Amino acid sequence: MIPAAFQYVKANSVAEALVLLQQHGEDAKLVAGGHSLIPAMKLRLSQPSVLIDIAGMADLKGIAVNGAELTIGAGETYHAIATSATVKHACGVVAACVGQIGDIQVRNCGTIGGALAHSDPAADLTAVFLALGGKVTAQSANGSRQIAADDLFVSMLTTALDSGEILAQVHVPVLQKGQGAAYAKLKHPASRYAIVGVAAMVTISNGVVTAARVAVTGAGPQAVRQASCENALIGSSGDAAAVKAAAAKAGDDMDYLGDIHASEEYRRAMVQVYAARALNEAIAQARA
Amino acid sequence: MARITVTVNGKSHTSDVEDRTLLVHYLREQLSLTGTHIGCDTSQCGACVVVVDGQSVKSCTTLAARCDHAHVTTIEGLAQEGNLHPLQEGFWECHGLQCGFCTPGMIMSAYDLLQQNPNPSDDEVRHGLEGNLCRCTGYHNIVRAVQYAAAKMRGEEVSAPNV
Repeated sequence: MIPAAFQYVKANSVAEALVLLQQHGEDAKLVAGGHSLIPAMKLRLSQPSVLIDIAGMADLKGIAVNGAELTIGAGETYHAIATSATVKHACGVVAACVGQIGDIQVRNCGTIGGALAHSDPAADLTAVFLALGGKVTAQSANGSRQIAADDLFVSMLTTALDSGEILAQVHVPVLQKGQGAAYAKLKHPASRYAIVGVAAMVTISNGVVTAARVAVTGAGPQAVRQASCENALIGSSGDAAAVKAAAAKAGDDMDYLGDIHASEEYRRAMVQVYAARALNEAIAQARA
Repeated sequence: MARITVTVNGKSHTSDVEDRTLLVHYLREQLSLTGTHIGCDTSQCGACVVVVDGQSVKSCTTLAARCDHAHVTTIEGLAQEGNLHPLQEGFWECHGLQCGFCTPGMIMSAYDLLQQNPNPSDDEVRHGLEGNLCRCTGYHNIVRAVQYAAAKMRGEEVSAPNV
């Protein structure tokens, strides 16, 4: 399979890429790792006339902790993030999540910014990013703005980013004592995409769950928070009975997608199973 | 069209490629290096794996234009002076293939794995090869072949297991 013809342009900086985006308008697409876009182009599901290559760009790199925030350049690859001591120490769930995406060849190419900007219904990072309550910095010709995780994922393959914007940085909290976060996933056996993935972040103070964020991916059109599950857990001790009750509410308020790999009904059942696993792991970490 | 200069298996090539040309097609059709296979064409099976600038990638999902100034190693680049690379020898000695279609990709992924981890456990070998699908062997002999090569590359005495 070969994509429809397009013009390939290499950008060497965000500034250059923004100029190219303005020049070529809506016919242009940014490509980083390309492991979602190029397959879509091979199937002619996407036919941009210009591809602006932003892979490997120095100003989209960098992994650093500033106070209570971990900032990861949008162009950092899954492999770089999975093996980063800084990420493992500051917010281990991100390293663990990206370390199991696809396979090593995918992880050598795929980027954190690409995953979030693409908002694939079966992406892993979208749920983790939502559960962590992260934010992204988007740059455009008019400057930069931050978008909160809760506002980023609009619908299937659609985010709040404008066509003239580049997702430049990803920010997630540095996990503190009393906090834990985990991601549990039912993998498609060949593609490793999430048939169902659940991410959870829990804060425990004096034996009581004071905050919880739970997000589901893979089961519906886009990653989505699970308010009734979170509310069921907050105020509890986080013991087995509390997790069971909260997990039973996971997936209550969302749209489901069924396909040849798993029906809507099966995905709905698995959301509860994997919510319990993610919550148990997050709670164990928070107590450690 | 894009003009690219790529070093493939130590040899520099300057070529004109269509912007949409995928690396696997460039290697197979323009350089006649047909050892790199096209399997699923959806970046799942790993038959097309090559090493670009020290990292294994799926060449069916890599644009040739992006590889300007890159160093690419394919299966044809492993044997030196007519001697099989330890990985090729391992797959031969341990019967790590049946039909052989997945073998070039398996070997290139294993090559990347052993560069990063010269002494892997069997689990680490299996994990490192998760992006390569084999429909014949059931994988056991592939793991043995990689361990054979790993031991040989560490300079240890090796002999083919009784398989």
